[in-house]
Amino acid sequence: MKATPLSNCERRFLLRAIEERKRLDGRQCYDYRNVRISFGVDYGCCIVELGKTRVLAQVSCELVPPKPNRPTEGILFFNLELSPMAAPGFEPGRQTELLVKVNRLIERCLRNSKCIDTESLCVVAGEKVWQIRLDLHLLNHDGNIIDAASIAGIVALCHFRRPDVSVQGEEVTVYTPEERDPVPLSIHHMPICVSFAFFQQGTYLLVDPSEREERVMDGVLVIAMNKHQEICTIQSSGGIMLVKDQVLRCSKITAVKVAEMTELIQKALDNDQKARKEGGKFGFAESIPNQKITAFKRESAAVDTNNVDKQAEEIITKADPPSEVFTQPILHTPGTAQIGEGIENSWGDLEESEKEEAGEEEDESEAAAFEGQKMETEETSTVEETSTKKETKDETIVLSDSEEEDVVILTPQEPPKRTRTQTSLKQENTSKKTFNKRRRKKKAAY
Amino acid sequence: AGGVYWVDSQQKRYVPVKGDHVIGIVTAKAGDVFKLDVGGSEQASLSYLAFEGATKRNRPNVQVGDLIYGQFLVANKDMEPEMVCIDSSGRSTGMGIIGQDGFLFKVSLGLIRKLLAPKCEIIQELSQLYPFELVLGMNGRIWVKAKTVQQTLIIVNILEACEYMTAEQRKQALAKLSGN
Repeated sequence: MKATPLSNCERRFLLRAIEERKRLDGRQCYDYRNVRISFGVDYGCCIVELGKTRVLAQVSCELVPPKPNRPTEGILFFNLELSPMAAPGFEPGRQTELLVKVNRLIERCLRNSKCIDTESLCVVAGEKVWQIRLDLHLLNHDGNIIDAASIAGIVALCHFRRPDVSVQGEEVTVYTPEERDPVPLSIHHMPICVSFAFFQQGTYLLVDPSEREERVMDGVLVIAMNKHQEICTIQSSGGIMLVKDQVLRCSKITAVKVAEMTELIQKALDNDQKARKEGGKFGFAESIPNQKITAFKRESAAVDTNNVDKQAEEIITKADPPSEVFTQPILHTPGTAQIGEGIENSWGDLEESEKEEAGEEEDESEAAAFEGQKMETEETSTVEETSTKKETKDETIVLSDSEEEDVVILTPQEPPKRTRTQTSLKQENTSKKTFNKRRRKKKAAY
Repeated sequence: AGGVYWVDSQQKRYVPVKGDHVIGIVTAKAGDVFKLDVGGSEQASLSYLAFEGATKRNRPNVQVGDLIYGQFLVANKDMEPEMVCIDSSGRSTGMGIIGQDGFLFKVSLGLIRKLLAPKCEIIQELSQLYPFELVLGMNGRIWVKAKTVQQTLIIVNILEACEYMTAEQRKQALAKLSGN
C-alpha cells in the first residue's frame, strides 16, 4: 500500500511549531516518550514500547560449526523486519532504504561494540560454537525505530538464557533446562542508540522524533553509547552539516539519556527476575494490559512538582494575613451573643452576566412581594461579570439534566462591607430561600 | 417503526461511501484531473471543473500536497472513487481548497460521527475556550486552525483525547485550561 502523503499544511505547521519550540505531544526538545518494557514467557523475548512505537525482540541460539577464520568465537546474527502492520507504507519482501539503514545501525551498535563476549560462546574450538540470533520485528511505527530497536535488542540479549554445556574430553553434553538451569550470555556493557532530528539546516534539534516530526526533518544524528560514556557508534544521515560543538552537545545529552535508560532497563530485568524466582506470573499475558475499545483509559501525564515548595511559599507570603481571632463573645441582647465576625461572602465569584441578573432582579422583586421581606432587594446588585466561561460552567452543571422550562439560577450577591455582620445572617436566609424557591418551582412544574 | 437501523462500529480505516464529505490530500495532477488520497484503498479522482466558478480558462489553484474538502460523487468497490467540490446545483457550500495554515490530524471514524452529531457538546465546550476553524472529514481527518500554534496544539490534543475521556474528565480538562 502507498504511505499516506504529508500535506503542505502539516509540514508548515510542524516547522512553525518547532521554531516556537513546541512539539505535538507537549514534550520538551530533549524529552523522551514513555518507555515500557515487557517480557514474554520465554527467555530472550521482550516487547519495548517507545510511546506508540513497538518493537518485539526474540533471541534464540543454536550449535553450529564456527567461521573458518574465527574458530574460537561464537556467531552473532541480527535481523530487523518492518512488519506491514507497522505502517501502511511497509510491504513484505521489499527492501527499502530505511530497512537497510536500520539493520546496519543495529549491527554496528551491537556487534562492533563487542558488547557480547563471543569467546564465551565457544564450546569446542574449531568445531562447535553457539550461534546467537536476534530477531527484531517492528509492530507499530510512530517514529524513532532505531532507538526502540536498540533498546529491545539489548534487553532481549540481557534477558536471554542459553542451555548449559559441559565438555569432557571429546564428549559434549548439552543440558536441557530441566537438567540444569540455563546460563545468561556474557554481556560487557549495554549500548543504546539515541536519535537526534535536525530541522532548518541544523538550527533546531529534537530528541526522539515522532513519526510526523521525522517526515519534516532535514536529517538525523544517531549516537550509540553505553553508561560508561563510551561512544559505540555515531552516524549522521540526511546530508545535514553539523558543527563540532553541536555534535559534542548531542553526545552530552546522549550520556544523560543513556544513563536513565540503562537504569530503567536494569529495573525491568530485575523485576522480571524476581517475578520468575518467586513463582509469580510472568509473560505477556500479565505485562501487556488488556486494551478494550469500550474502556475509558488515558495515560496520566507526569506532573512537574519541582517548584511546588517554592510556589507554595510564594502563595503563602502573597496571601492576606489571616484575620484576627475573636475569643470574647459579644453580647447583643440577653440571649443573643456573637463570637467573631462572619467571613466575607465568597459566593460573589459565581456571578453570572447582566442578563441573568436582570432576570434575577425581576424574580427577586416578585419574591420580595411574595415573601414580604425587603432585605432581598438590597442584595441584588448590579455587579457586572465578565467571565462568560464561568457562566457556561454553571449552565452546563445546572441545565444539562434539567427538564424544567424556566430555570432561574439565584445566587446571593456580594454584600456591601458595612453590613457585613448582618449579611452573614442574611446569607443563610437567602440560601434557604433560593432552595425553597427552586423547590416551589419544581413542585409547580409537576 | 421504520425498520431501518444504523449499526455503529469502531474503526479507523475508512471505506469511501457516496455522499460522504471527506478531506483529501492532493497527490498528483494528471492533466484535467487531480488525484487525492482519502485514506481508502484507491485514490480518488477530482476533476478541475468540479469547483465553484471553474471553467476551462479559469482553473482552480491547486498544488500537490494541498487539502481539499469535497464529497463523493461515485464510490463503489469496483471503481476508483470520484469526488466533487460542488453540489448538484453548482454551489460550493463550504467545499473546496482548505487554507494554508492550520493542522491536519487523524482520529477514529467513531469520534468523527460523534463530533458531527447535532448539538455536539464537545465542540460547544471547545468554542468557549478559543475561537478556531474546524473541518471534519468522514474519513477520520480533522483540520483545525486557531490563532496561535499553542492554541491549535491544545485543541488537537483535546480532540484526540476525547476518544477516551468521559464527559466529566473532559469538563475538568477544559476548566483547567480556561482557568489558565
